[in-house]
Amino acid sequence: WKMPTNKSVSKAPITQFVNCRILRDHKLQREDLWVREGRILDPEKLFFDEEGYADQRVDCEGLIIAPGFIDVQINGGYGIDFSQATSNVRGGVALVAKKILEHGVTSFLPTLVTSPPNIYHKVLSEVKVHSGGVEGAGVLGKEAVRKDVDTSSYVRLVLISGHDIQYCIPYNCCHLEGPFISLEKKGAHPEQYLRSFQSGGMLDLIETYGTLDNVAMVTLAPELPNSEKVVRELAQRGITVSLGHSVANLSQAEEAVQNGASFITHLFNAMLPFHHRDPGIVGLLTSDQVPQDRTVFYGMIADGIHTNSAALRIAHRAHPTGLVLVTDAITAMGLPPGRHTLGQQVIEIQGLHAYVAGTKTLSGSIATMDMCVRHFKQASGCSVEQALEAASLHPAQLLGITRCKGTLDYGADADLVLLDDAINVRATYIAGQEVWRK
Amino acid sequence: MRLVILEDYDLASEWAAKYIRNRIIQFKPSADRYFTLGLPTGSTPFGCYKKLIEFHKNGDLSFKYVKTFNMDEYVGLPRAHPESYHSYMWNNFFKHIDIDPANASILDGNITDLEAECEAFEKKITQAGGIDLFVGGIGPDGHIAFNEPGSSLVSRTRVKTLAKDTIVANARFFGNDLSKVPTMALTVGVGTVMDAREVMILITGAHKAFALYKAIEEGVNHMWTVSAFQQHPRTIFVCDEDATLELRVKTVKYFKGLMHVHNRLVDPVLSIKDQ
Repeated sequence: WKMPTNKSVSKAPITQFVNCRILRDHKLQREDLWVREGRILDPEKLFFDEEGYADQRVDCEGLIIAPGFIDVQINGGYGIDFSQATSNVRGGVALVAKKILEHGVTSFLPTLVTSPPNIYHKVLSEVKVHSGGVEGAGVLGKEAVRKDVDTSSYVRLVLISGHDIQYCIPYNCCHLEGPFISLEKKGAHPEQYLRSFQSGGMLDLIETYGTLDNVAMVTLAPELPNSEKVVRELAQRGITVSLGHSVANLSQAEEAVQNGASFITHLFNAMLPFHHRDPGIVGLLTSDQVPQDRTVFYGMIADGIHTNSAALRIAHRAHPTGLVLVTDAITAMGLPPGRHTLGQQVIEIQGLHAYVAGTKTLSGSIATMDMCVRHFKQASGCSVEQALEAASLHPAQLLGITRCKGTLDYGADADLVLLDDAINVRATYIAGQEVWRK
Repeated sequence: MRLVILEDYDLASEWAAKYIRNRIIQFKPSADRYFTLGLPTGSTPFGCYKKLIEFHKNGDLSFKYVKTFNMDEYVGLPRAHPESYHSYMWNNFFKHIDIDPANASILDGNITDLEAECEAFEKKITQAGGIDLFVGGIGPDGHIAFNEPGSSLVSRTRVKTLAKDTIVANARFFGNDLSKVPTMALTVGVGTVMDAREVMILITGAHKAFALYKAIEEGVNHMWTVSAFQQHPRTIFVCDEDATLELRVKTVKYFKGLMHVHNRLVDPVLSIKDQ
C-alpha cells in the first residue's frame, strides 16, 4: 500500500523499488532501493532522521537492479557518426543517447576517431556535457553535471565539499582516439590525418583539437617523441590518458603510466602482441611499475569478434578489477547490413562483423553494451556481479566519477538498469525516472 | 511468573513471536489507542523478529498502530555504524514492517546532553500511556538491558558504564577487539521496565543458564537485576531447554507440566485478516 511522505527535509517524492536484487558492495543483495530527487537515498536516515517513508513503490518483480552502464568508447550508431561535422552534431549525439538507453547505457563518452583539425574544432564546440534524462543517456564529464531539477536548463554549479556532494562541476565530455597514434597500428584510422608532437606536445594538441574543454579522454601512442609532457599535462588537467594504436614496448608504456596514463584502449587490438620478453602494453596488466595507489584500466570489446575468448580470459584473470567493457560501436550499430561511413572512410557490415570496405581489417564493432556484458560473462565464466561491474563500476572508477555514477551507493545518481537473470535489459532509469521499458 | 520452556531456539522464538502477535491483535490498536511495545536487541530476539516479519509479510500482523521503545543504545557510537542498535533495529525489524517511523523510539547515544535525552525518553513513554508489553533479554551476568550488576532495582533511564562481562560478550560484534567496544550506554532502568503492564524475557542458550537460575531460583538481588521481575505481577520467561540447564529438575518439571496452559496463549494464533 502507499504511505505518505514526511516532508520535514524535502518535499520531493520518494520512490521505493521493491522486490528486487540490487548490486551493492560487489554483491547482488535482496534490498529495496530508495530514490529521491534523482539520487539514491539512505532509507535508514530517512526513517530515523526524517521519520519518512516512500510515496510510491515500484515492483521490480524479482529483477536485478544495476547501476546504468557507462560506455567510454562509442563512435556513433544508428547512422550517426560522431566524427562527422554535420549540420546537427548535437542532434546526432542526442539520437544515439536516446537509442542506447535500450542497451542499458545511461552515460557515455562520444568518441572521435582520427580526423582533420576542422572536424575536431566543429564537433568539440558543439558537444557539451549534459546529464541524462528522458531525452537520452548523459554525455559524461569528469564529474557529472547536476541537472537542475526544477528547470530544464543545465546549470553550472559549484562543488560543495563534504561527504554529501550536492553538486558537481561540469568538465569534459569526449573521447578523442587519435590522431597522435602509431602509423603501423592505425587500424581503421585514416593515415593522412595521423599526427606527431612535432611542435613539442601540447601545442600540437591545441592546434589539432582546438580546445580541451569538452575532452574527457585522449588515446595516444606513448612511443611518439615528446609524448611524456603531453601525458603529464593532460593527466594534470584531469583528462584520462589512454594508450592505444601503438607499438610501445612495456617500458614506454610503464613510463606513460607513471606520467599519468590510466587506460588502455581496446586491449590486444592495435598494439604489439604479448611477447614473453617484452609484453608491450599488454604487460601493464601485471606490471610492478604501476604506482601503488593507482589502477591501470583496460578496455575490452567483448563482442566475440575483436578478442578471442581465451585471450579475454587471460586478461580478465590477470587483472579482473581493471577490466572495462566498451562497445567501440560504430555508425552502423543498430543499422542493417551494407556500406556506411566512419570518420573519413567507408566501412562494410557483414553479419556481426564490420570491416574497412574492401579489406579484412576490423573497423569497429556493432555490438551493443548489453550484448557485451552477456558475452563477457559467458566467455569469462565470471559472476553476474563482475560482469555488471565491468560495464558500470569500473568505467566510473576510470573516470573518477564514482561519487555520482557507476554505483548504487547512497548519494549516487539514480541511473539504473533493470535486468533479468540472463542480463537482458528490461527497463532503464535516469535520475530515478523511467526512460525506457521493454 | 510463567516459565515457558520450548525445545530449541527456533521454537522459543516462534512461541514468543506468536505471543506478541496475539497480544497486539487482541488489543485491537487504532489511531486513538496505540499498542506500546518495549523492544530488545542482540542475538536472542533475532529469531523472534524474523518470525514477526514473516507474520507481517503474510498479512496477518500490522504494526501501523504500534509504538515501540527500545531498551538501550550505545553512547558515542555513530548511528550509521553497523553495530549500533539503530542499525540493528532498522535492518532486522523496521525496514521489513509497516511501522510509522515517528512511532519507533530509540535512545540517541550521540546527543550532547545525555541526561536530558534519558529524561525525555521516560516522558515519552509516559505520554504514550506506558508500555503494554516490554520484551527483553538477559545478559550472562543476569542484567536486563544495560542494568549491570549493582544497578538499583528501582532505577530509571540513565547512562551506564558497561561491566567487563558485557564488554567481553559484545566484543564478538566488534571484530573481537575489546578496545573497539563502546564503554557506556543509555539504558532504561529496572524500574522503567517494572512499570510495564507485562514483561516477557527471552532466554536461550546454555551460556545464559546460570543467569536464569540466579534470576528465578535465588532471591531478588541487585547483582542479578533480572531477579527484580519476581516482584512484577505479570512476567513470562520464554526459554529453550539449554537455558534451563542450571535449574532444579523440580522447577523445570513443574513448568513443563503447565505447557498445555501456556499454549492456550498462542493457540489459536490470531490474524488481522479475520478482523
